[in-house]
Amino acid sequence: MNTAQARIDRDLIPILEQVSDPEIPVLTVLDLGVIREAVKEGDEVHIKLTPTYSGCPAMDVIADDLKAALAKHQLKAVVKLVLSPAWSTDWLSEAGKQKMEAYGIAPPLEASADKAALLGEAAIVPCTNCGSKSTRMISQFGSTACKALFQCDDCQEPFDYFKCLK
Amino acid sequence: MEFTDKDRYTYVIGIADNMLILGQRLGELCGHGPNLETDIALTNIALDLFGQVRSYYQYAAQLVGENKSEDDVAFLRREREYLNALLVEQPNTHFGYVIGRQFLFDVFHLLMLKELVKSNDETLRAIAAKGIKEVSYHQRFSGDWLKRLGDGTEESQHKMQEAMNDLLPYTRELFEMTEADTKAFEAGVGVNLGSLYEQYQEIVQEHLEEATLDMPEELYFKSGGKQGIHSEHMGYILTDMQYMQRTYPQMNW
Repeated sequence: MNTAQARIDRDLIPILEQVSDPEIPVLTVLDLGVIREAVKEGDEVHIKLTPTYSGCPAMDVIADDLKAALAKHQLKAVVKLVLSPAWSTDWLSEAGKQKMEAYGIAPPLEASADKAALLGEAAIVPCTNCGSKSTRMISQFGSTACKALFQCDDCQEPFDYFKCLK
Repeated sequence: MEFTDKDRYTYVIGIADNMLILGQRLGELCGHGPNLETDIALTNIALDLFGQVRSYYQYAAQLVGENKSEDDVAFLRREREYLNALLVEQPNTHFGYVIGRQFLFDVFHLLMLKELVKSNDETLRAIAAKGIKEVSYHQRFSGDWLKRLGDGTEESQHKMQEAMNDLLPYTRELFEMTEADTKAFEAGVGVNLGSLYEQYQEIVQEHLEEATLDMPEELYFKSGGKQGIHSEHMGYILTDMQYMQRTYPQMNW
């Protein structure tokens, strides 16, 4: 189900791009892939938002930010939360993954590599600070539900890893 | 047999209350975890569980109608109306109990969700599909700690074994079929919990062996929570959880 395409009106993209994830401000909601649908009907915009994690507290903030951003253009946002199909890290845009890495969060690896990393079988999440592959997981749960905490054995810096969710 | 909205409500509550009460128990550890990383991990798991429970309760509120909200369902029921199993209300006696309770619940939770995704109820299917991804991480966390403590020092092994001996008698209740469970299963909505018990025991046994712990012999088992008959702990949990609603009735965020 992770190939589901988002249905977004092209002329809304510049407005939606203004809204970012409150926890990872370099990522816009479009980079995150949490908007599954944004369709204009008259002066209303119907948005379907899908959470990255069920309990993600950023969802309410994102919904409010979307309403505020559209209100600036005299548009009224009607936001609906949808759970199905469930969000997947495959929906993160390539640009988003690059921005994430530059920001200091290691982007999700492929599912199989991720599993090995989280089970402690191999240290293959490269350090976002120095690029070293000699890193280890400190905790499966980092500062937010979507991240795990890693530390680099070379430069000693701790860094977040955005967990793979398929 | 007819499957009414009320039956569906009872079934949904029966699944969801486990997550609310376990989340509440984990929440007690916020700021009290054995170290910072574990503290964050436990509260992250609580957050996942609350997120999931909100989805179930929103659905339950919709089934009741009468302008009820998820908050009404979560906070405004009496003790006997909560249908969680006894396992999740057991206290955080020491870290071994926290991990033991979590592990024993996670294994059940994941098995249950993997069946619930086959439900003919579209909403439950969606919630379950989302939940599987999160609960896989929970089980990995609790399973790893089980191993670390069991196969750790003499003291940690002793404490982990003690927790397992005390908590395992609560697990069979998770697989008991209440009237609501049976009706839901027959209607194609719910999971046949009884059929998962053998698999559950195998998974638990495997992990215990790896953690160099003994599978406690089952001399008896405890149940009642799923019928609303709770242990003494439940009253204290609700007192804490419902405090704000009693102080400021009808409050919301």
